[in-house]
Amino acid sequence: MNLKIALVGNPNCGKTTMFNALTGSSQYVGNWPGVTVEKKSGKLKGHNDVEIIDLPGIYSLSPYTLEEVVSRNYLLNEKPDVMINIVDSSNIERNLYLTTQLLETGIPMILALNMTDIVKKRGDLINIKALAKRLGCEVMETSAVKSEGCAELAEKAITLGKSRQKSKPLPIFSTDITKTLGQIESIIKTKSTTEHPDFYAIKLFERDEKAIEQLNLSDTVMAEITALTVSCEEAMDDDSESIVTSERYQTIGRIVSDTIKKKASTGMTPSDKIDRIVTNRFLALPIFAAIMFLMYFVSVTTVGAWVTDWTNDVLFGEIIPPAVEALLVSWGTAEWLNSLILDGIIGGVGAVLGFVPQMFVLFLFLAILEDCGYMARVAFIMDRVFRKFGLSGKSFIPLLIGTGCSVPGIMASRTIENERDRKMTIMTTSFIPCSAKLPVIALIAGALFPGSVWVAPSAYFIGVAAIIVSGIILKKTRGFSGDPAPFIMELPAYHVPGAKGVLIHMWERGKSFIKKAGTVIFVASITIWFLSSFNFALEMVDTNESILAALGMIIAPVFIPLGFGTWEATVATITGLIAKETVVSTFGVLFGFAEVAEDGAELWPQLQMAFTQMAAFSFLVFNLLCAPCFAAIGAIHREMGSAKWTLIAVGYQTAFAYTIALIIYQLGLFFTGGGFGIGTAAAILMIAALLYLLFRKPVSKTKQKQLIPVKEI
Amino acid sequence: MKTLKAVKCGESTKVVKLHGDGPIRRRIMDMGITKGVDVFVRKVAPLGDPIEITVLGYELSIRKADAELIEVF
Ligand SMILES: Nc1nc2c(ncn2[C@@H]2O[C@H](COP(=O)(O)OP(=O)(O)O)[C@@H](O)[C@H]2O)c(=O)[nH]1
Ligand SMILES: [Mg+2]
Repeated sequence: MNLKIALVGNPNCGKTTMFNALTGSSQYVGNWPGVTVEKKSGKLKGHNDVEIIDLPGIYSLSPYTLEEVVSRNYLLNEKPDVMINIVDSSNIERNLYLTTQLLETGIPMILALNMTDIVKKRGDLINIKALAKRLGCEVMETSAVKSEGCAELAEKAITLGKSRQKSKPLPIFSTDITKTLGQIESIIKTKSTTEHPDFYAIKLFERDEKAIEQLNLSDTVMAEITALTVSCEEAMDDDSESIVTSERYQTIGRIVSDTIKKKASTGMTPSDKIDRIVTNRFLALPIFAAIMFLMYFVSVTTVGAWVTDWTNDVLFGEIIPPAVEALLVSWGTAEWLNSLILDGIIGGVGAVLGFVPQMFVLFLFLAILEDCGYMARVAFIMDRVFRKFGLSGKSFIPLLIGTGCSVPGIMASRTIENERDRKMTIMTTSFIPCSAKLPVIALIAGALFPGSVWVAPSAYFIGVAAIIVSGIILKKTRGFSGDPAPFIMELPAYHVPGAKGVLIHMWERGKSFIKKAGTVIFVASITIWFLSSFNFALEMVDTNESILAALGMIIAPVFIPLGFGTWEATVATITGLIAKETVVSTFGVLFGFAEVAEDGAELWPQLQMAFTQMAAFSFLVFNLLCAPCFAAIGAIHREMGSAKWTLIAVGYQTAFAYTIALIIYQLGLFFTGGGFGIGTAAAILMIAALLYLLFRKPVSKTKQKQLIPVKEI
Repeated sequence: MKTLKAVKCGESTKVVKLHGDGPIRRRIMDMGITKGVDVFVRKVAPLGDPIEITVLGYELSIRKADAELIEVF
C-alpha cells in the first residue's frame, strides 16, 4: 500500500528539518507546477512505499498567498493519507491557529509538538495528554534538530494512515455561529459532493473566493448562504472573517492556559539582546553593511573567486582540454567531433561550471543567514528603500551578489517570500554589470574612450537605473498588479544554525542549479558552437564564414538604429550569450587575432574604425542590459519554474536594452549635430512611452467577482 | 480613532478593531492580531519604517501603512 504523508505547519516550525530527518537522502526537489514555490518530496527512511511531502510554510488556510493556495489545493485535491501538523511549541498560540483549520479538513492528522528542547530549557510545562484530549488528535513530542521522536512520529503516522481515522473540527464557535455553520453545511452536503463539508461551511461563511469558485454552487444557493451569513453578522455586529478568526484565537487561548504552565518570563531572552544591537537605530545599517561586505568579499572576491579562477583557468583551461584532446587524437576521431567536444561542450559547459564553487560558498552564507534569523531582519531594515520600486528588502542580496555573477544572484532571490517581489527581482538582477561584463566595458572604454573615467561607473549607474525604472514600470503592469503584498512578517528568534540543515540547504541549491541550468546551457552551447563552426554546406569553416556570420548579416540591420548594425557586432552580441566576456574574444576571432588580452587591447585600432563613440556606447549599453548569458537564463528558468515566465523575463530585458540603447544613440547623434531624422523621432517616442509607463496609474487588479456583497462595518 | 501607527515605541496597547479589507486585513488577523489582543510596540526600523511589535509572544514586523488599519485603545 502506498501512503502519502504531508508535513504542514507555519514557516520556521521545523518542517524541513523534520523532512530531512524522516527522508534521509532520498529527496526530490522541484517546483510546484507553474509557480516559483519549491516542492520537496521523498521516501520515508526504510519504507519505500511511504512518500513524505514538505508543504510550503503557511500561517492559515486563507486563499491569499501563493503558499497558502498551493498547500490548500494539495490538501483538498491530492488527498494525502495523513497530515503531520508540525507545531513550534515555543510559539504555540499562533501555530495552533493553523491546527484548528487543518482539523476541519477531515484529513487524518497527527500533531508533532516540535522544538520541545527549547520549551524545556525555558522551563515551561506542557501537559501532552490534556492537550491531545482537547485537540482530539494524537500529539507527539519531537525535537527535529536532534532527531528525537521522529521515528515514533512516523510509525504513528503510518498506523493512522492505515486506520484512516478522520480528524474532527474543534468546538470553537459560539452557539449562534455553530447553528449558522450547521445550516450552511447541510446546504453544502445536499448541493455538492465535497469530502470536506466542515471546511467549506466555514470558508463560505468567510466569503472565501477560492472556496466559492471550487464548490461552484448556483446563484440561488449562494444567495441563501449569504443571507444566513449576513443575519449572523448583524446579530454579532462584526464581519464573518473577524468573528471566525477571533473565536479561533479565543479558543486557543483557553486551551493553552488550561494545558501549559508557562514559567514567569525572566526579562530579556538572548535573542532579544542580540536583536537590540543588530536592529538598533544607529548600529543596524553599519552591521548590515559589514555582513554584506563580508559575504561578498568571501564568496565573490576571495575564496569563491580563487576556486572559480582555478576551475576556469586550470581545470577547464590547462587540465581537461589538453587531456581530452590527447585522448581524442589518440583515438583518431574526426576533427568536427573533437571541435564539438572541446570547443562546444567543454568550452561552453566549463565556462558555466566555473561559477559553481563560487555559488556553493555563497549558498552556504545564505543558508546561514536564513537559518540564524538574520535574513528576516535584512528585509526589516531594507524594506523602506526597496518597496518604492516594487521590490522586497531582501532584493538587496540578489542585486549585491549580481555584481559578481548574476547566476547566484538570481538564485539568491529564493529567500524572498512574496512571489511578485521574487519574480521582479529575478527579472532585474542581471541588469547589474556582473564580473563577466567587465572585460566588455574595458574593451569599449579602452578602444573608444581612452583615458575617460566615467564609462565604467556609468555602466553601474545605468544598471541601477534600469532596475529602478523596471521596478516601477513592471509594478504597474497586469502581470504584477494587484494589492501591494502585505508585508506582515514574522521576525523569528535568533539561534545558532544547525550544521546539517545548512549544509543540506547549500548542497540542494547548488545541485539544482547544475542539473536544471546545466541542460539549458549544454544545448545552447552546442547550438552556438554548431552555428559558428559550420557553413550552410556543413563544412567546418572559420567563424567569419559560418552560419552564424550569415545570420549576423541578416540580423545586423535590426541594430542599425542603435548604431552598430555590422555583422561582427551582431555575432559578438550573440556569442555573448554563452558568457559575456566571449564578446571580446569573438571580436578577436572576427578581426583575425588568435589570442587577445582580457581587455582586447589588440583590437582597439580596428574597433575605432568600426564604431563611432556613440555607437560603441550604445553597443555597450545594449550588451549590459540585454538577455544575460545562458547560465543566467538557466537560473531564471530554474527559479521561475516556467518557460513562459523565462521568455517574458528575457524578452523584457532585451526589449528594454534595445529601447535604452536606441534612445542613447539617437539622442547622442542629434545633440552632436547629426540632424533630426526618423531615428530621433523614434527616440523621442520611446522616451514618451517610457515616461507614460513610469507615471501612469497602475492597472487595477481584474475586479474580483464579488458574488456576495460585503457588509459595511 | 487611535491606530497602532500612533503608538510609541516601548508602549503596550489593546486591539479594538481592524479596518481595511481583503488580503491585508485577513493576514493581520491570521497573524493573531484580533480584537482584544495585547500588542507591544518594540521598535522602529532604522529607516523609519516598518515597525516591530510583539503579539502572542512572538515578534512581527508590519509597515506603518498597514498598522494604520489597526484601531487600538
Ligand atoms: N531547537 C530546535 N530547533 C529546531 C528544531 N526543529 C527545527 N529547528 C530549527 O528551526 C529552524 C527552522 O527550521 P526549518 O526546518 O527550516 O523550518 P521550516 O521553515 O518549517 O521548514 C532551523 O534553524 C532549525 O535548525 C527543534 O526541534 N529544536
Ligand atoms: Mg522549509
